[in-house]
Amino acid sequence: MIRVVLPTHLRTLARVAGETLLEVPAPATQRRVLDALEAQYPMLRGTIRDHVTQQRRPFVRFFACARDLSHEAPDAALPEEVSSGAEPLLVVGAMAGG
Amino acid sequence: MSAVRVLVGTRKGAFVLTADAKREQWDIRGPLFAGWEIYHLKGSPADPNRLYASQSSGWFGQLIQRSNDGGETWEPAGNAFAYDGVPGTHQWYDGTPHPWAFARVWHLEPSLRDPDVVYAGVEDAALFRSTDAGQTWAELPGLRGHDSGPSWQPGAGGMCLHTILLDPVNADRIFVAISAAGAFRTDDGGTTWRPINRGLKSEGIPDPQAEVGHCVHRIAMHPARPGVLFMQKHWDVMRSDDSGESWREISGNLPTDFGFPIDVHAHEPDTIYVVPIKSDSEHFPLDGQLRVYRSRTGGSEWEALTNGLPQRNCYVNVLRDAMAVDRLDSCGIYFGTTGGQIYASSDAGDSWAPIVRDLPAVLSVEVQTLT
Repeated sequence: MIRVVLPTHLRTLARVAGETLLEVPAPATQRRVLDALEAQYPMLRGTIRDHVTQQRRPFVRFFACARDLSHEAPDAALPEEVSSGAEPLLVVGAMAGG
Repeated sequence: MSAVRVLVGTRKGAFVLTADAKREQWDIRGPLFAGWEIYHLKGSPADPNRLYASQSSGWFGQLIQRSNDGGETWEPAGNAFAYDGVPGTHQWYDGTPHPWAFARVWHLEPSLRDPDVVYAGVEDAALFRSTDAGQTWAELPGLRGHDSGPSWQPGAGGMCLHTILLDPVNADRIFVAISAAGAFRTDDGGTTWRPINRGLKSEGIPDPQAEVGHCVHRIAMHPARPGVLFMQKHWDVMRSDDSGESWREISGNLPTDFGFPIDVHAHEPDTIYVVPIKSDSEHFPLDGQLRVYRSRTGGSEWEALTNGLPQRNCYVNVLRDAMAVDRLDSCGIYFGTTGGQIYASSDAGDSWAPIVRDLPAVLSVEVQTLT
């Protein structure tokens, strides 16, 4: 299982508490994680990546294993620690504005 | 027993204010959707328990929320606003072509007849319609596809479609306004559109009387007289007596004719309200005095309404969607400020009192009269 930590506003929107657990086919990638996340929580569609372009929203970041994965290709394999569930994938609202 | 429900959208959430017909004791609920910008929320005239809200943030984009119980509970509806076909370009601030890109929903206008039908005015300017209670949205592309579309240019606040007026008599007629393209009308249910800006004069554009390019801030209509329109433009308060075919200025004795909202008394189609703002670069009341101006003659002759409003050191703004009226026998007027106050008058503007003073900056105010 892939562990995903959503930012507070998206946890409220999806009505989840704590980490979200997702079944994702191997190899796990950003795209596959987001596909699984949006399938399980349709209200999150459009909030992390654009409906049309599928581009990550500018003020959303993906962190894992103390690394910023935001600029990795959507189909690049996620770190083994994320795929194995040892580490969560953090979806983060960037520090901006107020 | 009648009651009123005031729906307030702010920079950091929504608030629902309710009172009985006396409008003296208010229950204030919120923030709903705390931390999100709520550009607008509005109830269905056909089913007052059906509400729609536009929820957005710079981080997480656009959401639409729907309530079936008058705002007690909400559920996310559809939020996919995809332009029809290849979007093409409009003019950017520097005059270069700029691809149309969806930013947010400024205004939601539920159908007068069907609670599952709702229109959305968006930035970059386009009109969308849902016929399934907001689950799916389809653009009415004839508006954006008008020949003048590639020349439309954003105002300082973005190129937003902010006003949607549904004609209560002619179901095929809709008026919209776009900053800074101007006013448009359809007579065939949204398939084709044409500009209705004849008579507008805007010194800030190369041809002051151009067919499009005017920064219309708001249009209001009385439902019993849908052919008469009142407009607050960037500068100038205007009136049309022929469904927008032509406009004439009715600024009259206003101390400044810059402003954002305009609205019409619920029972007197010639009684209208504006909030004059000092200028386009100083978005606050003249002399620090918050004054609503009322005309009982359909324009040109205006009186200042000050009783209960701050008359010193007041430098708030009142945004275009932040004024509304109720339909009780003694018409109530409501407006919200960028300072977070909601002011109400239960006597058509003669006297005012704040319902609440310290909300986040108010983006929109709508009122439902419940019987």
